[in-house]
Amino acid sequence: MKIHEYQARQLLTDHGIAVPPAEVVRSADEAVAAYRKFAAAGQSFCVVKAQVYAGGRGKAGFVKLVKTEAEARDAATFMLTNRMVSIQTGPEGVPVSVLLVAPGVDIAKEYYVGIVLDRGRNTAVLIASAEGGMDIEEVAAKHPEKVFKEPLHPTLGLLPYQATEIAFKLGFEGKRVREVAGVLTNLAKAFYATDASLVEINPLVVTKDDRLIALDAKFNFDDNALFKHPELEAMRDESQLNALDVRAEKAKLSYIALDGNIGCLVNGAGLAMATMDIIKFHGGDPANFLDVGGGVTPEGAREAFSILMSDPKVKGILVNIFGGIAKCDLIAEALISAGKSLGFKVPVVVRLEGTNSEIARKLIADAQKDLPQIRPANDLTDAAEKIVAAVK
Amino acid sequence: MSILVDSSTKVICQGITGAVGAFHTKGCLEYGTKMVGGVTPGKGGQKDAHGLPIFNTVEQAVRATGCEASMIFVPPPFAADAIMEAAAAGVRVVCCITEGVPVLDMVKAKAFLRDYPATTLIGPNCPGIITPGEGPGSSNPGCKIGIMPGYIHTPASHAKSGKKVGIISRSGTLTYEAVWQCSSRGIGQTTCVGIGGDPVKGLNFTECVKMLADDPQTDGIILIGEIGGSDEVAAGRFIQQNVKKPVTAFIAGRTAPPGRRMGHAGAIISGGEDTADAKLSALRVCGLHVAETPATIGQTMARALGL
Repeated sequence: MKIHEYQARQLLTDHGIAVPPAEVVRSADEAVAAYRKFAAAGQSFCVVKAQVYAGGRGKAGFVKLVKTEAEARDAATFMLTNRMVSIQTGPEGVPVSVLLVAPGVDIAKEYYVGIVLDRGRNTAVLIASAEGGMDIEEVAAKHPEKVFKEPLHPTLGLLPYQATEIAFKLGFEGKRVREVAGVLTNLAKAFYATDASLVEINPLVVTKDDRLIALDAKFNFDDNALFKHPELEAMRDESQLNALDVRAEKAKLSYIALDGNIGCLVNGAGLAMATMDIIKFHGGDPANFLDVGGGVTPEGAREAFSILMSDPKVKGILVNIFGGIAKCDLIAEALISAGKSLGFKVPVVVRLEGTNSEIARKLIADAQKDLPQIRPANDLTDAAEKIVAAVK
Repeated sequence: MSILVDSSTKVICQGITGAVGAFHTKGCLEYGTKMVGGVTPGKGGQKDAHGLPIFNTVEQAVRATGCEASMIFVPPPFAADAIMEAAAAGVRVVCCITEGVPVLDMVKAKAFLRDYPATTLIGPNCPGIITPGEGPGSSNPGCKIGIMPGYIHTPASHAKSGKKVGIISRSGTLTYEAVWQCSSRGIGQTTCVGIGGDPVKGLNFTECVKMLADDPQTDGIILIGEIGGSDEVAAGRFIQQNVKKPVTAFIAGRTAPPGRRMGHAGAIISGGEDTADAKLSALRVCGLHVAETPATIGQTMARALGL
């Protein structure tokens, strides 16, 4: 799960990491008032930042430097009345309802610090670089020697000597070493306390007047651990998510919208990915990833169908079920009843294998006179070829 | 022969009185697995629907039954603790089926397991492990620990082609797909291991490949991976240097968009080296027989075995 920057700033503050002052606003008037407040305190400029989950804000014009009240009003009005479209959002973009107005900072130097789970090491790893502000993956690829990595002890976390060592490696001197080590230690505490999968301060800056400031922060949380953190769960902003994604999540389906026109309904994540792959292999384009779970239920299958058919891009549907615990005949009955109640407007190719597949195939064959859009497939290749041909 | 479990392995179920635990305990018993009891704290002394004794703790279950393996179905908040309890009680094979275990819980459990080198963890978030057999009442009933449909498997003794393979996979139903394709071609299975789809887990591909490579009855190995992580490529390098048996690989997720979690917590592409295509080309270089589509896993294995 993701959260907004203003929420991430709050979490940093809660864990003892200083963030510069900023105002969270929801209208152009509030933005102007915030600007006025900072200007009165002697600020020569402010930054208005749209609060969205997706990245690419700067290039999309949703982070703006403003030097007058009028500029603050214009920037806020633009951001609150337009959807932000960036490489990360898809063409439909995301809505903006919250802005952050922050006093401008004269930056002397930028750093990157983050903590992420390292699956190869089976523990979290602290990543730090004196090349902050840039894409850290790019720095890591081009200049691996400029990115420092320190694995965290699985039960003790970040040890004081490690934090100090990283501060020295980043080139800090004097009293600042202890200050930076303190930020790293608190960041690690925040990582564990929230069951995060990623925390980042990017950039951590030293200002021209020599202050250490966490300028932007990012948290991603482990969805599996959200049951421990109702306060984090409450931060979820559904407006930032695809509406069908949200609906699928409520039905305990794992769904991700993609750009193609072949809807997929599959049981099991691995098989669902493999089904997308085989569609592509035969020249088609999947419209989604949809895993109804290894033990798919008739209700789950019906809701899945309804989600797929509410996507206007979908010109055909491939159902691929390998029945284990889930019995194929029950799935076939659910498909047929969904078809009768919802009405299949597009071709539906059905491939059922595994437990009770013989009975299921007969049910599907019998249903064809009522539901002419249903087309049985003999195996996975046959299914992929049939659906690709059907949407051509 | 087989790896990790066989017809004589005594198995308990942690979480035996839960709906899912009870359902799959029945499934395993019906397959032929030597289920000898279960654990549910507070229900010690009772018996389950099949007359299996229930214990309060794993330690008591081990002492009373001599079980060597455990199948875990306890809910996600308690799963990591159940794994550690089983290891501390001396259980040799701990198979955690539970899906949705917090990753940082698993980080701690993995660290704990370092003190118990005799314990092998499989999972979490996996279908389990099966050494196919000829069913209850036979001299070789087999051992199914987990949620996979038993009947799709072919015991090594019934392999019409005379060839037997071991299968290692991160996914559930995709494994069944591969098993079914093998069984349909008369290729038997020595042991199939679902290692699970989570980023921090027990047994990995390389450890599993080592065991199957050393098993004299296993003629070939099928490795079914996914996007995300570097486990498959590490196994590929190990195979290139150490394994003479033919190995077939399939990697799911060639069409997955970067940065999105695809159902399995582990299936997310982060950098450039964990895409399906990057893994597949690395595995080709290592000499593995790569299946182009999920429909040709069995066919690719058969060809590599000279069938």
